[in-house]
Amino acid sequence: MDQFLEFISSNLQLFYILILAIFIGFELIKNVPTVLHTPLMSGANALSGVVIVGAILVMLQSNPEDYLALSLGFIAVVLGIINVVGGFAVTDRMLQMFKKKK
Amino acid sequence: MSITLSILYLIATVTFVVGLKMLGHPETAKKGNLTSAIGMGVAIVGTILLAEKEVPTIIYILIGSAIAVGGIIGWIIAIKVEMTKMPELVSLFNGFGGASALLIGIVEFNKNIGVDSSEKASISIIATIIAAIIIGSITFTGSLVAWAKLNGSMNDIRFPKYNLINNILFIGLVAFATYIAVLNTDSAILMYGLLAASLVYGFLFVVPIGGADMPVVISLLNSLTGIAAAITGILYNNMVMLVGGILVGSAGLILTFAMCKAMNRSLASVIFGAFGGADVAAGSGSTVGGTVKKTSASDSAVLLNYSDNVVIVPGYGLAVAQAQHVIHELEELLTSKGVNVKYAIHPVAGRMPGHMNVLLAESNVDYDKLVEMDDINPSFPNTDVVLVVGANDVVNPAAHNDPSSPIYGMPILDVENAKHIIVNKRSMKPGYAGIENELFFNQKTNMLFGDAKDALTELVSELKNM
Repeated sequence: MDQFLEFISSNLQLFYILILAIFIGFELIKNVPTVLHTPLMSGANALSGVVIVGAILVMLQSNPEDYLALSLGFIAVVLGIINVVGGFAVTDRMLQMFKKKK
Repeated sequence: MSITLSILYLIATVTFVVGLKMLGHPETAKKGNLTSAIGMGVAIVGTILLAEKEVPTIIYILIGSAIAVGGIIGWIIAIKVEMTKMPELVSLFNGFGGASALLIGIVEFNKNIGVDSSEKASISIIATIIAAIIIGSITFTGSLVAWAKLNGSMNDIRFPKYNLINNILFIGLVAFATYIAVLNTDSAILMYGLLAASLVYGFLFVVPIGGADMPVVISLLNSLTGIAAAITGILYNNMVMLVGGILVGSAGLILTFAMCKAMNRSLASVIFGAFGGADVAAGSGSTVGGTVKKTSASDSAVLLNYSDNVVIVPGYGLAVAQAQHVIHELEELLTSKGVNVKYAIHPVAGRMPGHMNVLLAESNVDYDKLVEMDDINPSFPNTDVVLVVGANDVVNPAAHNDPSSPIYGMPILDVENAKHIIVNKRSMKPGYAGIENELFFNQKTNMLFGDAKDALTELVSELKNM
């Protein structure tokens, strides 16, 4: 328990950001019309690909001889970037369809 | 972390917030997506080029090739995918994001706790790593199952008492995780045990869920991927990951709630309860009887031709049959004959939220013709013909008048108030959980059996000859 409290107090800033971000997320999405739900979801999906930053950090911090860490990191980067590039590209394609009618 | 990199992360974080905001409005959506994409690019490039310590060239080469390979794969998938397959695609990408988080968790476990660590990590770090592994794994297998089910390569499997089994497994998972964290163990075997248990839970969690409930599952998994990313962000004290992940997490949760509301379920019943389960369906004892009236394409064409107001109700059957272009053709043809045609869009029609809107947009249907449920319901009594294409549960009157039905209380499109109803279905097979639909036995209903694309094509050619 002490350790837990210590973790919170030493990362207080982190928790402020965490809580505020939750509220921002709720507020941003609250009134989105049904028509945009699918693009919104795939756009948000692309954003969750931000996990790739962590995957890159894993590789950057690995010892070049640590083959296990490097190969796991490599797969993580590949999967993360597929999520990012694919997600943004397909969202763009979808929104293009909504746009051309007007 | 260098100051430049911190500032780049700050910029990226702001583009995520602004981009997501813009994505919520039809006029700015495209720019919003682009804004976030640029921010993401900045964060990725910054992370690589502004590394804290000296990094061997070979690692840069590896990172570069990983990005090139994955980037090309992602791009090709995005360009080639059919719009009817969007739910599958989002699930697949979700799974990739989750897998990425879980791999990071494994490496960090080895580094901080397991074999490679020099000193014991604090309980908070262990808890964070474990959370990343658990949530990443559940998202990974859960999304892959959702993907497999959506593309038809896996059927719903329902074990007896599967709810009980899943809930016990879930509680066991939490207990196991707490045990590892408190024990502060360096045992890789325990970690891999936890990994395996999480993967199994993710699988079992989605396997019993029926097709019509997919919109809820997909948005829930989407939210979970975001949370997994945010947790890895805490691990690295990395703000762009934290904020980006949490934004997706809470946005996904909002959509999940919206879907739950549209299906009249609580989120608790989605996660822990009877979710499209056989247990519930067994409770609906009332059988619907009566005779079904079959109709032909030519009779339907006559009916439609001499109507003033027609409402089309599209459902998943439309997507499966790839009939979005034919239906637009039908709509244009009727409009040219002076018929007023609208589409009624139920919030959970299709297999993901807003799925029908995307399909109809693909075939160039006018935005103004798509009417949401609450706006179109009052106009059904003045509607001459409702054409239901491949939709079932969202037009089932049992939601209003049969308290024993599993979907009782779910908001539906009140098509039974229209003067005539034409239902296009492949067969009399009921929708999810085997609920009969008394609408099909309604005096006013004519059943037009057949694949949506074939039936509509025939309808169009009949109309052209009139």
